[in-house]
Amino acid sequence: MSPEEDTDTTVEPAPAAPAPAQEPERSGLPSWAIQGLVSLSAIVLALVVGAILIIVTDDQVKAAAGYFGAAPMDTFSAAASAVGDAYKALAVGALGGITPISESLTQATPLICGGLAVSLAFRTGLFNIGAQGQLIAGAILASYVGFAWHLPAGLHLIVAILAGLLGGALWGGVVGLLKARTGAHEVIVTIMLNYVAIYLLAWLLTTSTFRRPGRTDPISPIVDGNAQYPQFGGTRLHAGFILALLAAVFVWWLLNRSTVGFELRAVGANADASRTAGMSVGRAYIIAMVVAGALAGLAGTQQVLGTDLPLTDGVAASVGFDAITVALLGRGTPLGTVLAGLLFGALNAGGLQMQLITQTPLTLTTVLQAVIVLFVAAPALVRSIFRFLPKERGIGAVLAKGWNG
Amino acid sequence: MKKYVRGTAIVGVLTLAVAACGSKPTDSSSGGSSANKDFKACMVSDSGGFDDKSFNQTSYKGLQDAVKERGLTEVKAESKSDNDYTTNMTAMVSAKCNVIVAVGFKLEDATEKAARANPSIKFAIVDSAPDPTKGGPIANLKPLLFNTAQSSFQAGYLAAAMTKSGKVGTFGGLQIPTVTIFMDGFAQGVRYYNTQKSKNVQVLGWDDQKQKGLFTGDFEDKAKGQNNAQNLITQGADIVFPVAGPSGLGALQAAKASNGKVNAIWVDTDGCISAEEYCSVLMSSVEKGMDVAVKDAVISVVDNKFDNTQFTGTLQNGGTAIAPFHDFDSKIPADVKSELDTIKADIISGKITIESKVQPKAS
Repeated sequence: MSPEEDTDTTVEPAPAAPAPAQEPERSGLPSWAIQGLVSLSAIVLALVVGAILIIVTDDQVKAAAGYFGAAPMDTFSAAASAVGDAYKALAVGALGGITPISESLTQATPLICGGLAVSLAFRTGLFNIGAQGQLIAGAILASYVGFAWHLPAGLHLIVAILAGLLGGALWGGVVGLLKARTGAHEVIVTIMLNYVAIYLLAWLLTTSTFRRPGRTDPISPIVDGNAQYPQFGGTRLHAGFILALLAAVFVWWLLNRSTVGFELRAVGANADASRTAGMSVGRAYIIAMVVAGALAGLAGTQQVLGTDLPLTDGVAASVGFDAITVALLGRGTPLGTVLAGLLFGALNAGGLQMQLITQTPLTLTTVLQAVIVLFVAAPALVRSIFRFLPKERGIGAVLAKGWNG
Repeated sequence: MKKYVRGTAIVGVLTLAVAACGSKPTDSSSGGSSANKDFKACMVSDSGGFDDKSFNQTSYKGLQDAVKERGLTEVKAESKSDNDYTTNMTAMVSAKCNVIVAVGFKLEDATEKAARANPSIKFAIVDSAPDPTKGGPIANLKPLLFNTAQSSFQAGYLAAAMTKSGKVGTFGGLQIPTVTIFMDGFAQGVRYYNTQKSKNVQVLGWDDQKQKGLFTGDFEDKAKGQNNAQNLITQGADIVFPVAGPSGLGALQAAKASNGKVNAIWVDTDGCISAEEYCSVLMSSVEKGMDVAVKDAVISVVDNKFDNTQFTGTLQNGGTAIAPFHDFDSKIPADVKSELDTIKADIISGKITIESKVQPKAS
């Protein structure tokens, strides 16, 4: 067991997390360690799948395979160098120096906030598919305050952030309210509100209020300098990253240290039992969705106030949807979400460098992310490949139920 | 055991088969014009990606053409989202590109910033011109714009002349200027036909005066394109003009399914080449010569003849045009063809003016 224990410490470098009470498992490993091992194995497997894709699509490998019979080693060396170069570029692009690291963190910032928005709702037993819409609502308000109002330095940024939080909270709160009052299913409502937000944004960008003066394209002005997050040095990394980490701490505190959070988790675990115990289930749904929406709105402010990005129809990119996979990979815990967000941010940033240096298509990183999540969601599959992994109770059930089993 | 024997046999046969064909090529394959291998021609896509069968792809073809013709080194960076523009642009600058082509107005901010910060690198941007309120033209940035309203005007006239039902239809992807410029031109071409011939051909799907019409909401979803086209067909249109990239292919499917009752006009590229399987329903296409413009811009840098004047693709310079009629060549009456030529000449001479706010301003 000891070599595995060693690996754990490298997997989860920050055990400051709310490590759940060590249950007596058959393997003797704490459950968070097993989860970490499964996640790490999933990443390794994803890299293997990615390597196969790189090999079969690489031109030089194809050329060498054409004369495989004459010089078989050429094919293998071409394959090895194709994979080696691509992954080296990926690693260097994500971690090789100050600029790459700052790029990774910049890319991770909205993913962390969006992931927290999904995680928090999951813990309350709600599937928040609407981070995208909440993010857009936040971005709209934050960017409007950012470019239309002109306030003194400091104050302007704070007001713009608050506007973003408000936008997201409203967009999420509607869902919680509908769920609590009418029982409308949150999955359907959030998906529909995503469309409402997307088309609202598209319409707003045709109005003269939001459109950049002198332009006919659907693009807004960039926010005032006063309303932008301070950046670190010459990099694109901005103070929004700090806010993302603070948000993670806040969510941890809310869930694990506050009375409200206890109610949220109780409702998530068993709504009927919570109602019997005298808790207001509806209140819990509303609170969870308001806070989740505000977190997604925070991600929206990071898009428009952080990275010089004007409001366009693509301002949310796919952050709101990637956030769901981040939350899945992070297993609904704040620390897990932060780590998963950092991993995805690093993959995004590294992927851009990889395509520049080795011309590997950018979609490969999307495949890597998808395969990682696929394996994380199917721990039995991972275990059948890596036989040494200890058994763990109910992870599949957790993913199916939403982390409260 | 049997399994293993069979497996070995298969491997053995495969090895022989593989060994029989192909031999290692010798390394002296450095033919062609490699005089400019040090010249890096670079391109950054917008979030649509280089495989969008639309303006990214066409622009990329221009880059490839230039690279092939002059033996340059090609570097391309695809953007997965709006977040990636600045990063990709910075990466291109540090990759020591000689010329960087940005595709689409969404890259404008990133491109202008990079152009101002790196005066020694030449830039070109498709479908965008520097913001007049922010200091006007930049010495090392060449805007590439296209007045596709002119060629769409011809397409509208052609459609009006060929319709049997008296109704023609159009729809767009998103209501953005690079889309509505086609629809404006089309609608006005139809109106011009009506005034010339005292007819009353109706345009469904776009009201150029109110700037309201039918849109799929994206450029990807073929099913939405098909739905929109079907909608127009149900209302009586027998010629459709989809301005929605790959989504518009759905309209061609709908046309093909009508067994000759409904025909279409394609956009951006000659549809008989880019979407060959639908050639039988395509009367013509409105070509937007992004490939030629990009190629010329890149080559001008190679030849040290770069200038920052705005390129506006027009009927006059061939930057936009209507494509050959292909299968319809025999079905379109000769007088319609000659009228189209007259219209072209009249647009070039200014005798016909097209009213569309989204036309690129003359440089």
